[in-house]
Amino acid sequence: MHMKTYYNPEDLKKFGSITELQKAMGDKFFSYYAEVFKEGALTAREKSLIALAVAHAIQCPYCIDAYTTDTLEKGCDEEQMMEAVHVAAAIRGGASLVHGTQMMNKIKEISM
Amino acid sequence: MKSLKALNHTLSKPEQALEILEEQHPDGKSSFQDHLQTIGLFPLKPTELEIFQINLGKMCNQVCKHCHVDAGPDRKEIMTRETMLECLRVITFQSSIHTVDLTGGAPEMNPEFRWFVKEIRNARPDVTIIVRCNLTIILANPKYHNLPDFFKENQVEVVSSLPYFTAMKTDSQRGDGVFEKSIEALRMLNQVGYGIEGSGLKLNLVYNPSGAFLPGSQSELESEFKKKLWDRFGIQFNSLFTITNIPISRFLEYLIRSGNYEGYMEKLIASFNPSAAAGVMCRNTISIGWDGWLYDCDFNQMLEMKVEEKASQHISEWDSQALTTRNIRINNHCFGCTAGAGSSCGGATA
Repeated sequence: MHMKTYYNPEDLKKFGSITELQKAMGDKFFSYYAEVFKEGALTAREKSLIALAVAHAIQCPYCIDAYTTDTLEKGCDEEQMMEAVHVAAAIRGGASLVHGTQMMNKIKEISM
Repeated sequence: MKSLKALNHTLSKPEQALEILEEQHPDGKSSFQDHLQTIGLFPLKPTELEIFQINLGKMCNQVCKHCHVDAGPDRKEIMTRETMLECLRVITFQSSIHTVDLTGGAPEMNPEFRWFVKEIRNARPDVTIIVRCNLTIILANPKYHNLPDFFKENQVEVVSSLPYFTAMKTDSQRGDGVFEKSIEALRMLNQVGYGIEGSGLKLNLVYNPSGAFLPGSQSELESEFKKKLWDRFGIQFNSLFTITNIPISRFLEYLIRSGNYEGYMEKLIASFNPSAAAGVMCRNTISIGWDGWLYDCDFNQMLEMKVEEKASQHISEWDSQALTTRNIRINNHCFGCTAGAGSSCGGATA
């Protein structure tokens, strides 16, 4: 079958069907997922913003669609959402840059 | 911006909107009637008539992008004193009515508005009178500046739309400069006691999503609005009502134009909640059009779906018995009131 793209937005709606091939694990995952996003020590709104940031960090198009809608529904505005994306970017960028110390260590080690 | 009617847009014609709403979804999703049948609620019957909602006219000083009334300055339909007298007659003898809900357009723009409010208060001192005030009307003309005092004198409850606590989101839905004026009007209402604890003067806000998505938790949004409006502007209010945008009129036009219609309907259908269906507002409400015709709700009114023929269809022919036993008219736009936590003119229902 010819596929134009690896990602199809329609597939997000089929997420639940992963249980067809492994029901016990799939059911446990979805039950866990639902538990995670319930209001707890963090509000459902805070959890949704974290999910939006993580979605960008792991660059999951399905998650980005889902949590853009979800954060809007939970009353977040565009400014807050973009700040969450910057948090993801800062951590990703920082993760690269902090390895600069390893590079510096190695420079010292092998330099006269 | 003009109304759809002034633009002679096809969606200003209710039969065109109904044709779109009645189209079967390509994936074979069932109709609203099928959903009610599944949970044993079809035909949908009224409970007791408690809320008498009157549309005083379609004229408005704003042209909001999502308005289900297609209201605006170019709409001239307005209720006459004669029709108001017919409404008063019913409000006076129909003791089960505990709330008279005045809406529009901007109801305050009806020249008989103040007379009507005073008459309702005289006829029924016990009844709750709600005015759906768009806030900016208070500042639109000096003759409206004393509306907060007028509301207070007549113990009117104020319900006002404020889609968000920032200018960008509010103005994108309700028009440039609306947020700033709304904040000023809210301050004026607070100054006379509205929304202040212990004053007995209720000021409730309405949140509806500014796009093709559903409202989130009413209680969480209320906490967020209370905190932000207080911290940023020193404004207080009583409750926040979350209302789902119903796919009719301007919002339907937006959904189709933006390519969101199908996805939005799918979402409404997938979120069908039987408890919300049992608590839909049309069961305890009657909606009266500017010209006296009777409808099951304000949305049916805009789709010109009058109450069924065997119930009395006009305020001048009011027949309590026939109305109580009628079947409520439904169509697929009704999925908007049954999605998730439910939606009504008083907010979430489930």
